[in-house]
Amino acid sequence: MSTPLLEIRNLSIAFHTETGVVEAVRGIDFTLAKGETLAIVGESGSGKSVTGLALTRLLPEPPARYVSGEILLEGRDVLKMKPDELRRIRGNRIAYVFQEPSTSLNPVFTIRWQIAEAIELHRPEVCDVDAEIVKYLELVGIVNPRQRMNDYPHQLSGGMQQRAMIAMALVCHPDLLVADEPTTALDVTIQAQIIDQLKVLKSQIDMAIILITHNFGIISGIADRVAVMFRGKIVEQGPTAEVLRNPQHPYTRALIDCIPKLGQRRKRLTTIDHAALEAL
Amino acid sequence: MKETLERLWEHWITQDLLVIAGFALVFWLLRRGARNERWQRAFQRMKRDRSGLISLAVVLLYLGIGGLEMLRIPGGPYGTRSILDVFTAGVAQEKTYSAPLADELLNSPRHEKLNGRHLLGTDVLGKDVLVQTLKACRTALIIGALTSAIYVPLGALLGILAGYFRRRVDDVVQYLYSTLASIPEVLLLVAILMVLGKGLGTMALALGVTGWVTLCRLVRGETMRQSERPYVAAARALGQSHRNIVLRHLLPNVMHLVLISFVLGFSGIVLAEAVLSYLGVGAPVGTSSWGAMIDSGRSELARDPAVWWNISAAATALFILVLSLNILGDSLRRAFDPKRT
Amino acid sequence: MFNYIIRRLLYSIPILLGVILITFTLDSVMMTPNEKASRVLGPKAVGKTRTEWIHNRGLDRPMPVQFVNYVKNLVTFNFGTTWVTGRDLSETFLQGVGPSLCITLPGFFAALLGSLGLALFQVFVRNSPVDRVLTLFSVALMSVPTMVYVIFAQAFLALNLRYFPAYGFAYEPGMLRFLLLPIVIFMLINIGYDARLYRAIFLEEIGQDYVRTAHAKGVSTARVLAVHVFKNGLIALITLVVAQLPKLILGSLLIESLFGIPGIGSMLVQAIQTGDQPVVMVSVFLGSALYLLSLIVTDILYAWADPRIRLS
Ligand SMILES: Nc1ncnc2c1ncn2[C@@H]1O[C@H](COP(=O)(O)OP(=O)(O)OP(=O)(O)O)[C@@H](O)[C@H]1O
Ligand SMILES: [Mg+2]
Repeated sequence: MSTPLLEIRNLSIAFHTETGVVEAVRGIDFTLAKGETLAIVGESGSGKSVTGLALTRLLPEPPARYVSGEILLEGRDVLKMKPDELRRIRGNRIAYVFQEPSTSLNPVFTIRWQIAEAIELHRPEVCDVDAEIVKYLELVGIVNPRQRMNDYPHQLSGGMQQRAMIAMALVCHPDLLVADEPTTALDVTIQAQIIDQLKVLKSQIDMAIILITHNFGIISGIADRVAVMFRGKIVEQGPTAEVLRNPQHPYTRALIDCIPKLGQRRKRLTTIDHAALEAL
Repeated sequence: MKETLERLWEHWITQDLLVIAGFALVFWLLRRGARNERWQRAFQRMKRDRSGLISLAVVLLYLGIGGLEMLRIPGGPYGTRSILDVFTAGVAQEKTYSAPLADELLNSPRHEKLNGRHLLGTDVLGKDVLVQTLKACRTALIIGALTSAIYVPLGALLGILAGYFRRRVDDVVQYLYSTLASIPEVLLLVAILMVLGKGLGTMALALGVTGWVTLCRLVRGETMRQSERPYVAAARALGQSHRNIVLRHLLPNVMHLVLISFVLGFSGIVLAEAVLSYLGVGAPVGTSSWGAMIDSGRSELARDPAVWWNISAAATALFILVLSLNILGDSLRRAFDPKRT
Repeated sequence: MFNYIIRRLLYSIPILLGVILITFTLDSVMMTPNEKASRVLGPKAVGKTRTEWIHNRGLDRPMPVQFVNYVKNLVTFNFGTTWVTGRDLSETFLQGVGPSLCITLPGFFAALLGSLGLALFQVFVRNSPVDRVLTLFSVALMSVPTMVYVIFAQAFLALNLRYFPAYGFAYEPGMLRFLLLPIVIFMLINIGYDARLYRAIFLEEIGQDYVRTAHAKGVSTARVLAVHVFKNGLIALITLVVAQLPKLILGSLLIESLFGIPGIGSMLVQAIQTGDQPVVMVSVFLGSALYLLSLIVTDILYAWADPRIRLS
């Protein structure tokens, strides 16, 4: 078997804060093949975003510290790379889409400027930058891209902003797209549109995706595999359908129970009993 | 009647009591504040901040020296003298200038011997410069204390009222401080002092009238933020009076801003005192202040040989106090608001 | 945008009136006409000269009438004459602007560049020992009273080492030798204060989400600071920078008077020392008017720098 695109071995990350050390990620392992989609699911504070950001060492150091482990991108350890090597990976091989499009885009530059910056950094060979930008904006479903690209972020709706973020991430043909709760900040109908867009893109572009979410409900049609995180550990991982059908860990079961199902009147809201889970 | 009151006011016992009351008030306020959980956390952080602790020690040293100079007891040639005078009574008096650690008078053709050694030399009247510099602490402290006594209550009160009641009250307060803030500070100070005349009291008044704006703005903003918190709404819903809400809930939550502004403001006042005295609208002639020492030192520098120790001592003493206050203020701010470094 | 400026202008009027009320109170309410007359004419002038002087200036009219006249004179820039030299005030101010700007403009730009560079560098090395030393250095710079800078610079650089003339001013090709020292001192005084403020502003920006996005794109740290953070920080900086406008035109009192630069600052110091009250009162009014003007300039610059304002 060839080397996987990404292999995480025994990764631990801690934050050294004033009130003490927070172990945000505690010895996780997972692998990701080329073109594969992995969903990382877990409740708030379980360490999903920290894991995602760690992949290109984006966490602020300090307070973050990589305590142990390896992040192997095609066999090379990201944690041992020099700053300029890291820069060549970021955006180029591993690209990001963040939760809050309205603050994640720079408010004082146009969409075109921000996407062009990525192209100029990683694909200097592109001559017609504008044409390339239009192509990608079209790809992510922005109508009238030629005009829209001259807009500033605040002139776009939330859904449009997130599409622009995705276009900016895709424009350098990354091998891996890390989408950290790309739909949480959007309203429900837009959420579905964005997820559908990701599905379409996935079928068009050969690229692996890590989809970070706390919502089991959105992953079924898109993720090949799922990893469930709880308090900095991966408590369960496997093919999506299997995990959904037959969850092994009680925490996974609790999370799946949280998915609202159509036409089913819920008698009470499921709550997660942390003390009991911790005891496991 | 008026004369008796004046005599009573100027009596050393009254003055001493005032000084002690001032120190006690600050101490009491700090103790009260320290009951607040936020203050306790801040003090814990302060304990780990080395530069903050050093600057605090320096500021306390100045406070101590100024305090010793302010407290008067009977004795000496003028009827009363300060405790600092008592401590420094053994320092020799010379005829005129002498360089630091010299053993004879400056430029003395007959090589006149000195009565003692002076670490920082002596001034034109033959007084020890170190002692004079220490005595000038008093002026800085008095101005700082009087000014703070005017602007701190004014700024905090108006800020809280504007932030809590909003609407009309806020409009009026905002208008007041926008108007004052639109005037360059030095010019307003000078304009007030020209009309009111020189003196420590008028200088404190002028500095107080111009100084409350910054504090008021800060307190107003924080009060607005606090007023939106659920606990204020809850207190309202429980039928607590406005007075209670302001005093019990809002005031303790903005007091840290008052403390920080007080410390940073003090440094500004000490600097302003020096500048105003230098411009000739500050301390009355004859008050020993660093500003006045720097002023007279300017012509002394032009003498041959230059008399540099007088001005250097005053400038250094002033610099160290202002620097320590600034560092202390910064470190307090860090301690209370660690997210914004 | 246009509406915005009109609103600002309207908002300035009550403030300016408030300022005039303050100077009027100081000038005419706190001081009786007789006190004024004896200040100007000397304590010995009595009887007719005195009443005439008071009458000619309308100081015997009712207060409201005096106030209306006072406002009328100020807003038409009819400032009257000084007490001591008897010269026309508007003329005196106009003459002083040139020399003042000779010091403040270069000093201001040098300080702006210096403090921006220092602040960005400090954010680049934030929380390191270098950052801490530089912060301490900034605080130290602003803890020295202006006259100490000037006196020591004059004593050592000018008088002892004779690098610069200690005093004087002339409009001539070699005038830079007079200006260099005052400009450098003006810069030093401002750099410490500004660098600290700018550093705080940039640090606030560093924590924003868009910075993480830029890093995630592979943008270098230097470029993130110099382009992404800088342009956003600029918007917050505008208020601070433009608010210095009055200071530039009114000059620096201590620097000018100590270096003998015949600007507005020197003139003010002279007026202060001779008790020439109208000069100070008019400068209070001018200072405030310039400040209000700078607020309008700020708004225009905001719109230029921030698309969120420009396009709404
Ligand atoms: N910059 C930081 N400083 C200190 N602690 C941090 C920092 N970033 C994250 N943490 C800690 O790491 C833990 C995991 O955070 P993380 O953001 O990965 O959670 P998450 O699973 O993404 O949750 P959410 O669904 O809310 O995004 C949290 O407990 C948080 O306190
Ligand atoms: Mg997250």
